Amino acid sequence: MKMSGAQMVCEAIIAEGVKTVFGYPGGAIMNVYDEIYKQNAFRHILTRHEQAAVHAADGYARATGEVGVAMVTSGPGFTNAVTGLATAYMDSIPLVVISGQVPLSLIGTDGFQEIDAVGISRPCTKHNYLVRSLEDLPRILKEAFYIARSGRPGPVLVDIPKDITGEMGEFHYPNKVDLPTYKPRYKGNDRQIKKAVEAIVNAKKPLLYIGGGAVLSDAYELIRELANVGQIPAVETLMARGVMGAENPLFIGMLGMHGSYAANMAMSETDLIISLGARFDDRVTGKLSEFARYADIIHIDIDPANIGKLVDVDYPIVGDVKTVVEKMLSMLREKVDPDRYQVWREILARYDELHPLLYNDCDDVIKPQWVIERIGELVGEEAIITSDVGQHQMWAAQFYPFDRPRQWINSGGLGTMGFGFPAALGAKMGHPEKTVINITGDGSILMNVQELVTAAENELPVINVILNNHFLGMVRQWQTFFYDKRYSETDLSYQPNWKMLAEACGGVGYDVTTKEEFDTALKSAIEGGKVTFINVAVDRFENVLPMVPAGGALYNMLLEHKDQCDG
Amino acid sequence: MDKVRRVISVIVANEAQVLARVSGLFAGRGYNIDSLTVAPIPGSNFSHMTIVTRGNRRVIEQIVKQLHKLIPTYKVIEHEEMVEKEMVLIKFSIESPIAEIQALCQAYNGSIVNAGPDMFIAMAADEAGRIAHFIEAVERYHPMEIVRSGVVAMER
Ligand SMILES: Cc1ncc(C[n+]2csc(CCOP(=O)(O)OP(=O)(O)O)c2C)c(N)n1
Ligand SMILES: [Mg+2]
Repeated sequence: MKMSGAQMVCEAIIAEGVKTVFGYPGGAIMNVYDEIYKQNAFRHILTRHEQAAVHAADGYARATGEVGVAMVTSGPGFTNAVTGLATAYMDSIPLVVISGQVPLSLIGTDGFQEIDAVGISRPCTKHNYLVRSLEDLPRILKEAFYIARSGRPGPVLVDIPKDITGEMGEFHYPNKVDLPTYKPRYKGNDRQIKKAVEAIVNAKKPLLYIGGGAVLSDAYELIRELANVGQIPAVETLMARGVMGAENPLFIGMLGMHGSYAANMAMSETDLIISLGARFDDRVTGKLSEFARYADIIHIDIDPANIGKLVDVDYPIVGDVKTVVEKMLSMLREKVDPDRYQVWREILARYDELHPLLYNDCDDVIKPQWVIERIGELVGEEAIITSDVGQHQMWAAQFYPFDRPRQWINSGGLGTMGFGFPAALGAKMGHPEKTVINITGDGSILMNVQELVTAAENELPVINVILNNHFLGMVRQWQTFFYDKRYSETDLSYQPNWKMLAEACGGVGYDVTTKEEFDTALKSAIEGGKVTFINVAVDRFENVLPMVPAGGALYNMLLEHKDQCDG
Repeated sequence: MDKVRRVISVIVANEAQVLARVSGLFAGRGYNIDSLTVAPIPGSNFSHMTIVTRGNRRVIEQIVKQLHKLIPTYKVIEHEEMVEKEMVLIKFSIESPIAEIQALCQAYNGSIVNAGPDMFIAMAADEAGRIAHFIEAVERYHPMEIVRSGVVAMER
């Protein structure tokens, strides 16, 4: 069929089954927007910033497991989208971002709103394309979706010059990709898997170390089964929260810089790490030379480059977590003796009793951790929780009772403030039936606050709970511990009127200073059905603990909450 | 860990951006490039890149894996048993002792390839290490200009 390049873009989006596109128009992408206007097979959400469009597509992808799609114009439209691409790249989130480009004849002339999009995005995309002829467009779009979602997922940019979207040509959307240079491996090597199973059977203190890859490969049921069959304890990274489920007795906790004492000690004392889609990030390992000194390592990862990158691995298995765990289970079932690890489980239980994850609750001022626990009590399993970056993020990860993967959505790898709100909009688009709550800070929320308008316009009743400490709290905490309390540029005492801000954009606001007020506000927000700010005044100087100081050994944690109830 | 020299061949799709992807990978991840050559493989849609790099065992392993991870990469060969060649062109003033230089060239698989009224150009093609020796050997004739091609390699 003959059609314009712009129509081809829309047809490809439809053929891929995409129901929602997030974006922002401009000169170079206008041809495509003209076609969007003419169709109603998918919805377009106009965010109020390109960064937010990409984060929204990202939140949609994380919540649903499908490819998120965002669309931006050339030049500043594209550069605004870069933080979104980098955020998705670091967390391996499947996105296709389509950007307009100046016409082919102007490329290289410093034309109006020309920027080298493929050059800028090369290090923060899984792959990218500058389309050079209309003929290539259908194939490139097909490849973009395939590359984004297959193997280790990631964002793909397709940069399309304006004259190509305007040109007419023959359209056949390929039903297969033909990429001889790209063949992701899903099935692990059987011999290696067998050896790994032997190692588990012979270990005394095995530990499942679960990372974001477990979420991406939708492996959680099999992983719970693996833990259960062997009665093997498990720790989760920040990206894997929810895989084991809050009530699971084998779940020891989150590990890493702000991990629980028991989880970090488990990692320090295990004799066999079974790494499932985790990548030994520095925020997890602490000082590498002190990391898991007694452990052999089974490393299962779909990306061979993750294996052996930071630690030496005894049993490397390149493959999809779900596929490999399934295979492991079939071999392990008859062989494993759960009693063998009984002592190990008791040791870990003892560690948990010794230093459980705690805070000192208080009647004079709300403790931020209380807010998280309370949300958990009130909406628990029902809600999808997104988050920004800072102390509030860590408290959410520590104290929320996550019961399933894809329930917890946060920027782990890049640590992007401003991610939470637009990601929540995307998650809500993906799951309209679910309550979506963004747990955010008084710093972070302002980094995409304009999305109040998007939310109000599109009736996306996302609830933003602002844990308001009048600080860039996480930076303040480091200043307290490591910079002699010199609070350089972290005091946020000057604040907007949050309630009025929300209302000005068509939302609802609550200012909360007591626990009762919080309960009322959250319940009203859930019933109210409008985008909401709940501004919760919390203890200003509360610290996130435990804490492994950057570069320190994982077993050396700052533990005590010394500040009792001093406001 | 000790640093080692490695010659790596990368077979990539012959398409736009591919050189930038490879060199960007080295720059972005802080890997060394001693030399990099690239040319299309005759009768195919692929190009052959030869990269000479240095690093410890973990770095070399990462380089190979990261190269492989690039979408247009078809194959990465970490050479062990290889034939390795590099070419050098060296320009001398016409006053220089051409016969001596020619004799040296022959020892390094080369010859005089061009001569003009003011200068002549010598060429040698040999292993990178021997090319370095050749350059050292002709230093005393005060060469006017030296151009090395970078290494190409083929597994035996
Ligand atoms: C875009 C961006 N800029 C800067 C930082 C560095 N940073 C990390 S946490 C933080 C403070 C966040 O403050 P707030 O949102 O109020 O959260 P809190 O820590 O107070 O809970 C900052 C500035 C970042 N992660 N992202
Ligand atoms: Mg704050």
